[in-house]
Amino acid sequence: MPINKLIVQISPHIRSKEGTDYLMRAFAFSLIFPTIAGTYFFGLGALALVLFTGLMAMAAEAVFQKLAKQPVTVRDGSAFITGVLLGLVLPPGFPFWMAGLGAVFSIVVVKGLFGGLGFNIFNPALAGRAFLMASWPVAMTSWLRPFDAVTTASPLYLAKIGGAVPDYWALFLGNRAGSIGETSILLILIAAAFLFWKKIIDWPAPVAFIGTVFVLSYFLGQDPLFQVLTGGLVFGAVFMATDYVTGPVTPKGRFIFGLGCGVLTVLIRFYGGFPEGVNYAILLMNILTPVIDKYSRPRIYGGNKRG
Amino acid sequence: MRSFNGGLHLSYYKDVTKERPIKEAAAPRRVVLPLQQHLGCPCEPLVKVGDEVTEGQKIADSKLLVAAPIHASISGRVTAIQYFPNACDFDVPSIVIEATDSIDKATRPGSRWTFDELSPEQIKKIVREAGIVGLGGAAFPTHVKLTAPVGKAIDVVIINGCECEPFITGDYRLMVEKASTLILGAKAIAKAVGARRIMIGIEDNKPEALKAINFERLKARQIFAITVAALQTKYPQGGEKMLIKALLNREVPSGGLPSDVGAVVCNVGTAIAVADAVAQGVPLTRRVVTVTGPGIKEPQNLLVRLGTSFAEVIEQCRGLSDNVEKVIMGGPMMGLTVPNLEVPVVKATTCILALTDQDIRNYPEGNCIRCGRCIKACPIGLTPNFLAEFAKTGNWTEADKYNINDCIECGCCSYICPSRIPLVQYFKLTKNAVRALKLAEKKAVCR
Repeated sequence: MPINKLIVQISPHIRSKEGTDYLMRAFAFSLIFPTIAGTYFFGLGALALVLFTGLMAMAAEAVFQKLAKQPVTVRDGSAFITGVLLGLVLPPGFPFWMAGLGAVFSIVVVKGLFGGLGFNIFNPALAGRAFLMASWPVAMTSWLRPFDAVTTASPLYLAKIGGAVPDYWALFLGNRAGSIGETSILLILIAAAFLFWKKIIDWPAPVAFIGTVFVLSYFLGQDPLFQVLTGGLVFGAVFMATDYVTGPVTPKGRFIFGLGCGVLTVLIRFYGGFPEGVNYAILLMNILTPVIDKYSRPRIYGGNKRG
Repeated sequence: MRSFNGGLHLSYYKDVTKERPIKEAAAPRRVVLPLQQHLGCPCEPLVKVGDEVTEGQKIADSKLLVAAPIHASISGRVTAIQYFPNACDFDVPSIVIEATDSIDKATRPGSRWTFDELSPEQIKKIVREAGIVGLGGAAFPTHVKLTAPVGKAIDVVIINGCECEPFITGDYRLMVEKASTLILGAKAIAKAVGARRIMIGIEDNKPEALKAINFERLKARQIFAITVAALQTKYPQGGEKMLIKALLNREVPSGGLPSDVGAVVCNVGTAIAVADAVAQGVPLTRRVVTVTGPGIKEPQNLLVRLGTSFAEVIEQCRGLSDNVEKVIMGGPMMGLTVPNLEVPVVKATTCILALTDQDIRNYPEGNCIRCGRCIKACPIGLTPNFLAEFAKTGNWTEADKYNINDCIECGCCSYICPSRIPLVQYFKLTKNAVRALKLAEKKAVCR
């Protein structure tokens, strides 16, 4: 009888099976859906770009952690997700070498230098995209038409200058110019349903984000449905505004975060210098995350104090 | 379905012992009775080495209020009063009794009462003299619980039949087998505190218990308004605060007691012990222990004499399997690991749980990814992620501001954390540090 080698430990003695690797794998799985849409509309080149940024991000993390003498944690899947997310928010036909640099920037500057997983302030994929936008604005705004890869303008830009835009159905299915993963609302919603079902993300941030854009667009005299179906709104709301690390941690805080993202997106789209504002809206709200966290803590049982 | 905020849906593993009726365990030849088996102050021995004692005889007591006397659980001779290992991982002074064949007759120290004749004060005295403590695992002296602070009226007695910890089925068996005794105990408790309402809360995964108690409730004379409520099966539904919220929609104030909201909560086992003390004059010398887990060859519910060693109890369940790595006193969520099998069964031993190397995975602790699962799971509404940060950096003041002392150590956050951060472990340490800090502050002010 193993009496003399019993383990003495603090409770609880059982743990959930769902570890960080499980959450990451499930999230990565959901990204297959927008990737399928991107490949369908923009060809295998788009798929190659997404996989390339994913692998570049992993390589960047491994090399950075080796050089910084940190434990190498590429296997947790978070770097791969960052890379794939970056690839999905790039225009199809974007040069690989620029995309690779973007992935390295995301992982090394935005994540690694801030302390790695759990410590970065900004969403690495979005900060990487902002970096590319600042460095190569022309390449970042050269859109392709689905299937035939003819250069064209994005629906949001067309709307801003008063041009003809695709109908709702085309927008919903994703048959329009845009970033690789953002065009098909249908496939993004399928991914979202999966993530909700598996309780990987929760509703407050995406619902508040999309809802705010819808309502504000309506009151500001714009077509609310068009505003929701175009640009990177649904993609950003589902995959970026729900990022654990850079968003608030309580359900209430996540709702406020989504609300703020929605307001900023509308302000940038209608009154700012860019046709699209989702990217910067989320990055700006990332800055406010610690403040939102502090004031959105739940009320504790049996008191008016916060937990 | 009535419940509380937060909590977890766990796998319960109760089927293993659910259908095993409570069986009286063989009387041991030797018992080790720690002088403190309750929350509060330790008892002083009333016997010396060499004394002969009979089963049920009071052998230790304290003059202080928050303490419960200890009784001999077998007849025999006191062979030692010394420090002995206990489940809490440090040695405590204990009385050792070894059976002698010359003395075998048990004496009943008390007489039998019908509780209608008894005054509330008399009931409290009987409960105290019987050494009854909360048998759900907390082991708080019951007579203290029954004495509401001056100026606070108790309007409802809650009987806790949730048994929300996985694996444990002792209370379930008691509810099914001794429903009438349970109702009697509940009435005695209600009379002692002057309450007219009795509520029995049971999780809805125990339909047999609900049925048995409902049946007895209808037979009982209706001096008291007795209700039986099915509650959502969710951990920690059996937490005192969660139960009060679910049944009464009242919240015990932070840092307060159930009596602050007019409630007294007693566990099923405790109510039955009260009934036995009142109606039979029997002191608390044995309790139901669920011996279970993948590491136990024949899991069952045993009525065990206090002071029996874990080894001897496990022996009666055909022993441990070879790959056992942890033996736990209590459930898997809040139980204490024992350092060896010589430790005795005490009043707080609800369960002896043996887990094997297949059940225990020691994951490395990762970085917090701020997923927020701990916050959603916390039944109190705390933010375990921030508390852990304060604990790691030694920021006790901030931990206090984030209400670390409201933590009930239920283990939901540690269970759910995908980064496998041992949150409860951090909080236990932090609570001690915060207490020390406050004590130091107090001293500084006094000076």
